[in-house]
Amino acid sequence: MMMLEKQEVTLEKGLLDFMEKWKDKPGKEIMILHKIQEVYGYVPRKVAMEVSRVMGIPLAKIYGIITFYHLFKLQKPGKNQISVCMGTACYLKGGNDIIQEIEDLIGVAVNTTSEDGHFSLEVVRCVGCCGLAPVMSINGKVYGNVQKSELPKILGEYSGKEANANG
Amino acid sequence: MKKYIIVWEPDSQKGSPVNNALLKILNEKQLAEKMEIIRSPFIGFTSSGAILRVMPDNLIYTGFRVEDLEGIVNATLAGDRVDKFISSYDNKFLPVEEKDPLSRQFKIVLRNVGYLDPESIEEYISRGGYKALEKALFELGRDGVIAEMKASGLRGRGGAGFPTGLKWELTKKEAGEIKYAICNADEGDPGAYMDRAVLEGDPHSVVEGMIIGGFAVGCTQGFVYIRAEYPLAIERLEKALKDAREMGLLGKDILGSGFDFDIELRWGAGAFVCGEETALIASIEGKRGNPRPRPPFPSVSGLWEKPTFINNVETWANVPVIIEKGGKWMGSIGTEKSKGTKVFAVTGKVKNPGLVEVPMGTTIREIVYDICGGIKDNKNFKAVQTGGPSGGVIAEKYLDMPVDYESLQSIGSIMGSGGLIVMDEDDCMVDVNKFYLQFSVDESCGKCMPCRIGGKQILEILEKISKGNGEMTDIDKIYSISNAMQKASLCALGQTTPNPVLSSLRYFEDEYLAHIKDKKCYTGKCKDLVQYTVIPEKCIGCGLCATRCPVKCITGEKRKPYLIDTKACIKCGECYNVCKFDAVKRG
Ligand SMILES: Cc1cc2nc3c(=O)[nH]c(=O)nc-3n(C[C@H](O)[C@H](O)[C@H](O)COP(=O)(O)O)c2cc1C
Ligand code: SF4
Ligand code: SF4
Ligand code: SF4
Ligand code: FES
Repeated sequence: MMMLEKQEVTLEKGLLDFMEKWKDKPGKEIMILHKIQEVYGYVPRKVAMEVSRVMGIPLAKIYGIITFYHLFKLQKPGKNQISVCMGTACYLKGGNDIIQEIEDLIGVAVNTTSEDGHFSLEVVRCVGCCGLAPVMSINGKVYGNVQKSELPKILGEYSGKEANANG
Repeated sequence: MKKYIIVWEPDSQKGSPVNNALLKILNEKQLAEKMEIIRSPFIGFTSSGAILRVMPDNLIYTGFRVEDLEGIVNATLAGDRVDKFISSYDNKFLPVEEKDPLSRQFKIVLRNVGYLDPESIEEYISRGGYKALEKALFELGRDGVIAEMKASGLRGRGGAGFPTGLKWELTKKEAGEIKYAICNADEGDPGAYMDRAVLEGDPHSVVEGMIIGGFAVGCTQGFVYIRAEYPLAIERLEKALKDAREMGLLGKDILGSGFDFDIELRWGAGAFVCGEETALIASIEGKRGNPRPRPPFPSVSGLWEKPTFINNVETWANVPVIIEKGGKWMGSIGTEKSKGTKVFAVTGKVKNPGLVEVPMGTTIREIVYDICGGIKDNKNFKAVQTGGPSGGVIAEKYLDMPVDYESLQSIGSIMGSGGLIVMDEDDCMVDVNKFYLQFSVDESCGKCMPCRIGGKQILEILEKISKGNGEMTDIDKIYSISNAMQKASLCALGQTTPNPVLSSLRYFEDEYLAHIKDKKCYTGKCKDLVQYTVIPEKCIGCGLCATRCPVKCITGEKRKPYLIDTKACIKCGECYNVCKFDAVKRG
């Protein structure tokens, strides 16, 4: 195997501590990826390479895992992450329509990020509030019983705030 | 003494107003020292409004408004009560022995959920927690524990229903110093949250169960494989493990018995197939979660090739009660071959969705109508789906069938892990099955052909039917592809992918035929097969539909029949839903 060169990236301290704690544990790979994603919001290529080098985990193995599990992301998510539930209860109560409406409203397709990096849209499976169906969340805040007609207002809250913050 | 207010709000209540109001009052009055608010996923019964349980007084409040909360908080602090909101529901703590006549529930697994602070090991102990562990270690011994488990008749709650005592015995018998105990907390069925409720509401019950199981089988290490999507469950479980360690209930030389056992968490990462036991093991080992053929079964060669046994969260939570009360006691509850209780997450078109725990043998009618209040908006019942994407539908004629493993299987569904989805007249079987198939196709790991290709083919046929291009030969094709998948798929995911379609064909074939022959979807869900028109004789010309139509394709003059421009109509169904005179026809 080709030896990876040291990457020009300094790993965040929390991640380094975590790697130190887990380094001798079998089966550490997935837990470390979770930590990377917690720190960076996704798994940046440089970080994956550096972790591979430091921990001695083949890069192919790391990418094999990332591509197998739905939760790991290779692309940087938007500033505002919209997740729409498509579990059974939400599907029955019109989750599909919610997704379509959001796509139309902000021009972002499922699993992509808007060009300005402002919003990203993803579909999730059951967030465990099925009685509230249809359910969506933005940056972790859960919205239940979502009506299509409420979407412009809900999304508006985020575009406004962020736009100001960005100057 | 510190007071706890445990809050349950119906899922249908938006934004947890009661919980938020209580937190605000606490904040304003600076009561954090004296009182704590705990949200609970379950409180003993369901209701259309919020429920509060005040502990340790054990008072139950219902029927209050947000404005009344301050009064309740003040009374609680003063050691008093607000009588007019005290529930008629029996306020005494219900011992697990009895089926509660009012709520019709029977709590074994959820015995503590909604009664205690899940982050307090002291409270768990004060309610009899870890007594079963003591009994196991010092009274029963390893064989005694297994004998009780076998006598209880407990079967796995993760779906397959394998006898738990037997599984433990098989793993115990294997040679070898190192063995592993695993808790399957991957809860993959979309639309179900029983395990989440147990882990968030009573994590110690699972921890205690695992220590007892580890002791009986002879393990030194246990793992909980838990969904990363459940952060609160992870947090509470971590706390429970830490507290148990500090008290000498976990770790080296547990309670001075000489038995060493510890538990660690491993997170899932959003792959449904990792709920399958061989895939789960691969995932804990840090690999892609591909299933592998069995045998060898995990009891022979599991995690890191050591003997391993895996049980579901709910299975584990049963263990302390069985050990404490004896296997015979549990064996007296339920039906001949299905013992004890089952927790169901009832969702879909039902008035009071929520968790229910009922004795095996309770009928679907009791669950849907008596406990959960029946169908929402007075619509007609259509079917109940159990077992999620591996299960099937239960048609109306089986409403009075007692729920147990065998009876559900005999009608083409399965017990599954406890998701129970209620469908009404507005749900289309072709459409619902498109959803299940899409789920299974997305989640197939792709390792074997029948599953990878077969699932996709059935999905394409369903899509074709829902677009109005179905042919009669398509039904035969579904049967033959299903047959191949059931016989030749490597793991149960592929083998069970056709189940929902097959079971709906069994009970709702006419609906498929309407799509194929008449090119009609009477529920309006398959948009290519429906048209909305105004029936002039019935229309009084109120104009409501026209104001509500999102694309403004309904026109007319007041007090004269309105007209829908079918070319512009996007078939959203709004006009059909709002017309009070049944003047809009869907068909
Ligand atoms: C595709 C698939 C997904 C599964 N998902 C789960 C799950 O989420 N939770 C679970 O407890 N069991 C799940 N199972 C069943 C497990 O493989 C296993 O039978 C179970 O965890 C054993 O525990 P029990 O005997 O206590 O039920 C799944 C099985 C398959 C084939
Ligand atoms: S049946 Fe499906 S999920 Fe199971 S191993 Fe084969 S491809 Fe993977
Ligand atoms: S709502 Fe019904 S009655 Fe009123 S205009 Fe429309 S179709 Fe006619
Ligand atoms: S179905 Fe929707 S779009 Fe069509 S006429 Fe009725 S309200 Fe308008
Ligand atoms: S199905 Fe959407 S929250 Fe469960």
